[in-house]
Amino acid sequence: MSNPRADGVETYRGEQQRMGFFTDTSVCIGCKACEVACKEWNAVPEDGLVFTAQSYDNTGELGANTWRHVAFVEQQVEAHDGTTDAMRWLMSSDVCKHCTHAACLDVCPTGALFRTEFGTVVVQEDVCNGCGYCIPACPFGVLDRREIEDDGRVWKCTLCYDRVGDGMTPACAKACPTESIQFGPLDELRERADDRVAELRDAGEQDARLYGADPSDGVGGFGAFFLLLDEPEVYGLPPDPVVTTRDLPEMWRAVGAAALGLAGAVALSMLGRRR
Amino acid sequence: MTSTERTGHESYYGRPILKQPVWKSEVGWYLFTGGLAGASASLSLAARMAGNRSLARTSSLVAAAAVNVSPLLLVKDLGRPERFLNMLRVFKPTSPMSVGSWLLAATGTAQSAATTCELLDVLPRVGGGAQACAGLLGPALATYTGALLSDTAVPAWHEARRELPAVFAASSCASAGAAATLVGDVRATGPARRLAVLGAAAELVATGIMERRLGVLGEPYRQGRAGRYARVAKPATAAGLAVTALGRGRLRRAGAALILGGAVLQRFAIFEAGKASARDPRYTLALQRQHAG
Repeated sequence: MSNPRADGVETYRGEQQRMGFFTDTSVCIGCKACEVACKEWNAVPEDGLVFTAQSYDNTGELGANTWRHVAFVEQQVEAHDGTTDAMRWLMSSDVCKHCTHAACLDVCPTGALFRTEFGTVVVQEDVCNGCGYCIPACPFGVLDRREIEDDGRVWKCTLCYDRVGDGMTPACAKACPTESIQFGPLDELRERADDRVAELRDAGEQDARLYGADPSDGVGGFGAFFLLLDEPEVYGLPPDPVVTTRDLPEMWRAVGAAALGLAGAVALSMLGRRR
Repeated sequence: MTSTERTGHESYYGRPILKQPVWKSEVGWYLFTGGLAGASASLSLAARMAGNRSLARTSSLVAAAAVNVSPLLLVKDLGRPERFLNMLRVFKPTSPMSVGSWLLAATGTAQSAATTCELLDVLPRVGGGAQACAGLLGPALATYTGALLSDTAVPAWHEARRELPAVFAASSCASAGAAATLVGDVRATGPARRLAVLGAAAELVATGIMERRLGVLGEPYRQGRAGRYARVAKPATAAGLAVTALGRGRLRRAGAALILGGAVLQRFAIFEAGKASARDPRYTLALQRQHAG
């Protein structure tokens, strides 16, 4: 398992606090400035200008060439006059969760994925050999292989490791015009998020909830967590993500038993006639 | 509008929640060649210890061929093949792929040395020691792939974590026994035949148990491309088992070929079932909502 404390406040023994994102989707206006700023700063290549016909979403999902993805959900709701033909927008800027217990980091065979001093999870592009193991290990489908420009490596959000190292705000948070994306020390962000949920519930938004703020969840809490206005799956997010390596001891035991069984079968087959 | 899935949960335009594995058919073939190599290395060691030199030699050759093809398949599947040596940059027990890379490198080196000594008829003690190393590592090489697949978020693999290594162990026994039966001297391959029959029977039983225990996640193993592979794999394995057990002479070799074909297709069925289960958000959601109660 990867190393930050389950409460997610500290990672390295030094002075550095764990840094992260709080994405408050209740104030997202779907402008996609985060997607653009991320692409600009990180020199993420263009990977096709497609029309998905899924509302205003034309990037579709996070991947090697999309490190911030704004989801557009159109929901039918009851109108104020009682008819049912009104609709509401749900917009949400998704990003790598920088999990406390990160499956991608655990399964990476080359050590290309590592935990930074800010508690974030980053791929070293000069080490990654494109084995692709982290891709199905991620319970959020964040990582993918870059198949364009003969790259072949895996890419994802670095939480602007370069900018944060220089005391700057990540590009997406900097560009966000409504402070839907907030960057800061994780413990401060969690306090702020608790206050915001209480405020929204007081205002009658009963479905407001935090997603990924609980250090006791299946991945030990996210370094980049969210405030949502509906169930996570509505936004394309898994409702109860679990780090696959939690079950690894059980898997190695099953492998051990199977290997012993194989050796036993080979020995057994030696008994009897040679012909 | 958001689409409502059959499980009653919503998803985002029916899009997958997970990313499908990007591994291509080379990895499916490797699941076969790695298993064949591991079990053949053990069979060769056991035959050597039992004094069956002919079978020891046959299985040693099969193991050497399979264990040398395996890394070629894996390197070809990398996004950056020229960086294949980065696999041995660290050793990480939390990564079955790291453990497997070291296992494959060690078994490959030992088996190649053993087979070279055998073929050139030189350094018998070095060859024997190398065969012992390969034969003892073999069972791990043949079964770690169970952890390799199940240590992912892919529902049809992760939920099969207790059964997949057993399926691979059984299938590897069947392959190693069948391969030696196919190419070896009939006067010495009695043990190989018994191993093929035992392995094929265990493969059918273990696969059946796995698919039943998976419940709704057994679906991807029966449908689509995986289902088509499985519908050929199982009858092939069963027929091969019967013919190898009861047949004589050339018929036995035909049975062995059927068992080998069944083992290849069974690996591809498992490989494709995982991909299909990652593609469909229903499986991801069904599982997680069940956990949440």
